[in-house]
Amino acid sequence: MLDGLHAFWPGLEATLALLSPQPPGWGGGLLRGALNSLIIALGAFGLGAVIGIFGALGKLGGGPVTRDLLAVYTTVVRAVPELILILLLYYAGTDLLNQVLALVGQRPVEISGVVAGIGVLGVVQGAYATEVLRGAIQAVPRGQLEAARAYGMSRGQTFRRVTFPAMLPLALPGLSNLWLIATKDTALLAVVGFSELTLETRQAAGSTRAYFTFFLAAGALYLLMTLVSGRFFGWLETQFRRGQVQP
Amino acid sequence: MTAWLKPHRLALIALAVALALWAGWALRWDWIPRYWQLGLEGLWRTLWLLVLSVGIGFALAVPLGLAQAAGPRWLAAPARWFCTLIRGTPLLLQIWLIYYGIGSLFPQYPWIRQSDLWPLLRQAWPYALTALSLSYAGYEGEVMRGAFRAVPPGQLEAARAYGFSPLAVFRRIWLPQALARALPTLGGETVLQLKATPLVATITVIEIYAVASRVRQDTFIVYEPLILLALVYMAIAGLLALGFRALEKRYTRGLGH
Repeated sequence: MLDGLHAFWPGLEATLALLSPQPPGWGGGLLRGALNSLIIALGAFGLGAVIGIFGALGKLGGGPVTRDLLAVYTTVVRAVPELILILLLYYAGTDLLNQVLALVGQRPVEISGVVAGIGVLGVVQGAYATEVLRGAIQAVPRGQLEAARAYGMSRGQTFRRVTFPAMLPLALPGLSNLWLIATKDTALLAVVGFSELTLETRQAAGSTRAYFTFFLAAGALYLLMTLVSGRFFGWLETQFRRGQVQP
Repeated sequence: MTAWLKPHRLALIALAVALALWAGWALRWDWIPRYWQLGLEGLWRTLWLLVLSVGIGFALAVPLGLAQAAGPRWLAAPARWFCTLIRGTPLLLQIWLIYYGIGSLFPQYPWIRQSDLWPLLRQAWPYALTALSLSYAGYEGEVMRGAFRAVPPGQLEAARAYGFSPLAVFRRIWLPQALARALPTLGGETVLQLKATPLVATITVIEIYAVASRVRQDTFIVYEPLILLALVYMAIAGLLALGFRALEKRYTRGLGH
């Protein structure tokens, strides 16, 4: 089997050596980068979902000022390139934090790349999640909410017991799209110098000059992430849709 | 108009104007006279990268969508794979693969170095344009697949029954209706494409984002160039949204929504 592969692809051994996880190879760095990307994407997606829920509730039930401010937030985030938002939020966030720390007499801190990445991408994701969740909440039939109110449930109870579970299957396609965007947006952090998969790949490719090997390997890792999570979201959707009327 | 100008909005607008005035007075804008010419050149480069990549990408997306919607298996499968590959990997990685990977292959072949295309291939922008176009084609191929499928088959059958040739069916019935259906999505995707253009600054294409980065490096001013840059992108995104809304109004009249 291996002999046949060798005849077909003479550079196989060199490629495998480059990608090996042991130190002369760069596979370990790539996998570490992929893990970082995954952690940042998960954190940002989670933070974005939390922001999105509050944003959606604010847009639907908040006062006029809250609504306008949320409209500004979602419009700005969706019109300005992520790269610029990442830079702005990163510098502004660290400046603000250090000024607050200076006020209470603490020394300035260096924010870790993972935390900063989660915070910055989370704010970006939150704007998109607000829109997705707003649409889903609006699509919950009014009769269900009126029934809940007739049973004497408070607003919090209605949201927890009726609105949230009923809107989740409607929001899933949008959320799965957002998750894919989150995994791919982690690559942007490479430009700011966080060591995630894309930056690790570029460093490995730059120092070995084996550009194709590493960029294709990283592409395969990203593709693995997106395909597996696509399957997962598809499965989740069928699970949540079981109690629903099929169109 | 009066319904829009509620009292709280007036207060918010006043607050925004005050903030803008404060920013104009308190922040540093003295670098603008030195860099505005470079900035305009960068803006021009951003705009033509956007227009050309959208044009080329869309021209590729139509056959990609058609192959997936109605093509034979040996055409549909590669088209689907292309879209999955493009949509499943970050654009930054694609740009770097094309520029560093394919770009580093060319100099190894003497016949390429001696060809007339070599001066072109030594620059960065052809790689940037290729990557951006392929990315737009991948995303829009998926959009067009749905749009081609959404045209009711009865219309195509009716056209065929009238004796339209297959090409005429496509040109006069299928494509226009699919386009009208895809327009709202395409508008959003084009804004996303605008937001993707700054990535080509990483392969030394001096578009508007790269100019702003240079200002930051030269003057150590952090926020002002970024804020101005964000405003420029918001203005372009707003114009794109307006343009697509006008197109939608013009071309979705016959759809009967």
